[in-house]
Amino acid sequence: MKVMAQISMVMNLDKCIGCHTCSVTCKQAWTNRTGVEYVWFNNVETRPGVGYPRTYEDQEKWRGGWKRTKRGNLKLKDGGRLWKLAHIFSNPKLPEIHDYYEPWTYDYDMLLNAPAGDQIPVAKPRSLLTGEDTKISWSANWDDNLGGSLETMQDDPILQKMSESVEAEFSKAFMFYLPRICEHCLNPSCVASCPSGAMYKRAEDGIVLVDQDQCRGWRMCVSGCPYKKVYFNHRTGKAEKCTMCYPRIEVGLPTVCAETCVGRLRYIGLVLYDADLVAEAASVEDEHALLAAQRSILLDPNDPAVIEQARKDGIQEDWIDAAQRSPIWKLIQQYEVALPLHPEYRTMPMVWYIPPLSPVVDVISGSGADGEDARTLFAAIEKLRIPIAYLAEMFSAGDPDPVDLALRRMAAMRSYMRGVNLDGEGDERIARAVGMPGEDLQEMYRLLAIAKYEERYVIPSAHAEQAHDLEEMGCSLDFEDGPGMGGAGPFGSSSGQSVPVAVENFQSLEARQTADRPSSPGRVNLLNWDGNGTPRGLFPPKDKDVPQGDMGPVQSTGKRNKGKDV
Amino acid sequence: MSAIEIVLWVAVPYVSIIAFIAGHIWRYRYDKFGWTTRSSQTYENTLLRWGSPMFHLGILMVLAGHVVGLFIPREWLYAIGITEEMYHWGATVMGSFAAVLTLAGLAILIYRRRTVGPVFLATTVMDKVMYVFLALTLGFGTLATVVHQVFGSGFQYRETISPWLRSIFGFQPQPELMANVPILFELHVLSALALFALWPFTRLVHVFSAPVGYLFRPYVVYRSRDDVQGTRAPKRGWDPISTPDPQRLRRP
Repeated sequence: MKVMAQISMVMNLDKCIGCHTCSVTCKQAWTNRTGVEYVWFNNVETRPGVGYPRTYEDQEKWRGGWKRTKRGNLKLKDGGRLWKLAHIFSNPKLPEIHDYYEPWTYDYDMLLNAPAGDQIPVAKPRSLLTGEDTKISWSANWDDNLGGSLETMQDDPILQKMSESVEAEFSKAFMFYLPRICEHCLNPSCVASCPSGAMYKRAEDGIVLVDQDQCRGWRMCVSGCPYKKVYFNHRTGKAEKCTMCYPRIEVGLPTVCAETCVGRLRYIGLVLYDADLVAEAASVEDEHALLAAQRSILLDPNDPAVIEQARKDGIQEDWIDAAQRSPIWKLIQQYEVALPLHPEYRTMPMVWYIPPLSPVVDVISGSGADGEDARTLFAAIEKLRIPIAYLAEMFSAGDPDPVDLALRRMAAMRSYMRGVNLDGEGDERIARAVGMPGEDLQEMYRLLAIAKYEERYVIPSAHAEQAHDLEEMGCSLDFEDGPGMGGAGPFGSSSGQSVPVAVENFQSLEARQTADRPSSPGRVNLLNWDGNGTPRGLFPPKDKDVPQGDMGPVQSTGKRNKGKDV
Repeated sequence: MSAIEIVLWVAVPYVSIIAFIAGHIWRYRYDKFGWTTRSSQTYENTLLRWGSPMFHLGILMVLAGHVVGLFIPREWLYAIGITEEMYHWGATVMGSFAAVLTLAGLAILIYRRRTVGPVFLATTVMDKVMYVFLALTLGFGTLATVVHQVFGSGFQYRETISPWLRSIFGFQPQPELMANVPILFELHVLSALALFALWPFTRLVHVFSAPVGYLFRPYVVYRSRDDVQGTRAPKRGWDPISTPDPQRLRRP
């Protein structure tokens, strides 16, 4: 057993209203640059729909992800190493810009500089590739809210798989939003496809990144990823992808998409997994067994044997603690309501989804029945085979049972909590019907409905012990009245050696701001005194027996630093 | 021997070699971020699908031919039973085939670069300079082969050019060997030397990134966060979004 930690995310699709705030804030933060105009590290798709880039889920066409060979080994679906190298001069499976969309801007200058005339000036769309006038015909969310999707919906790879002609009925009955970021897979096929070895999975937190200095623009990662979440920057000639906002994650903050999510539907936390078993789990023969196989390699963070092994494998105590408090672990493994996106790609994705119950409820309420009655809900889940089959193609390789269970549990939670609110107690029969004790249902309700920031995002900060020490280390001239005088360098404030640009800057700042002691012992600069403590010399002594002020060494007492002092 | 010959066949080659080596070291240290193929496949694939493999496979064959012709003394080939006639016949046939493949590929790629709007807009000045010298080198080489080897009596470059080149690398330059070389071969050599001097400053650096290591490494790469933490100041040249200038698409 080799224990590794993975930062992962769960999105509760029931709460997604398709507002695209996550996409917009992500774009502003990461891809608001030339060369990546068409790139959305986070995008929100309306389902059923063709997705972005168009029909990316059709792996018979794009050949992303892994396949299982006859001998039971894993092989890149597009071909082995030699095949990849042989096609390096022209990658046959690379999406063209028009499979995403041609990026454009508007000729805003015209609005300001048009000569006075009878007509109101118009800002014509301009292509960001050629600078010429263009006709906008597609975008990252062209079929948003099923707009125009009667034209395109039949291209939805999942509908095609379902082999029933259900499109027209479908759009009336069922629609949901699917926000997508990089899956930061346990078995990433993009990393495996990279000829230069520039893509890597971080050993500490499992975030998949592209080394921009090592990327040589061979483009194999773009075609290797079945989710098409690695993009080619057409100006720099390098691959770029969702970074899980690692600079934020490292200091214990959630990603930009999660932070700004209006519906608060995203959960971020750690899971521990057994790295030795990843390949084995990803190569089980039955596609329906992939979900169970992936769940089986996620390790119980409360198991003493796992904790012991995690310590041996160098996982810090505060990370183990975070894994134990992880909302991800609860949603995936305890309540079993979260499911991975397309486990059949065999990449072991680590962004999971709680399938949406709302469309089912809407159907019931629309027909005049009680949308929160457990029996009605269960019967409806039973009866709405088409939506269930669609969800199953997305989240469990076509096996309806896990989706069924997740939806039933969501339904049971609704009914049970209605009982708690109206009758003062929940109906235990509802809880038993979905195999969960009532307390668990209540806890799940708490996590899904009212969990606060700290419960939704349990993110331990990265360990950079050395950088931390460097920053807080006193310089030898730092004694009182010495030339260093703690903080200010010999040539004035912030002169001298540069402070390491470490992750701890953020945290030490917060620690200082929330500490109940003065930040620099022995000296107080009124200009930046944070108002904490009673430094010596600042106030006239009240009582001569009690020494005023605590001049002890600075200690980190900030909330997020708790684990550090263990 | 005139001064001009010494300049051409001693000074110029060494200048070119030094620029090639020092340039690559400098480029790698200064501009790792810019060290890429700068592929334009996302813009256009219909022409590239044919042109790029033709050019690249052709140029690899050309490279292999040059290694055999220039760096392996003919006595060694005689020793393993490859006679002058066999060599000449093989080199001319395979060389012509490779040349046709390479030139056809290059023609497609240059045509594509000029006519496909986004590709043309993504073309830098260095790209254009590089294309000139690349095309000159390939053109003179092909012309020399056609004139002297295919239709002519056959020029014994393994008695003249090859030992001269080896003498350069042996630091015992023998410029006199180049005295009676036909003008087309001389032009081929000189344009190639110019191309080598330009090489480190163009996208051709991607040749040295040929990902051979991919065949031997494990599929999934893990790296520790601490290993990649550098102190290098971020210098990215990332520009804000602006519309490309469509004027550049039109001929003046």
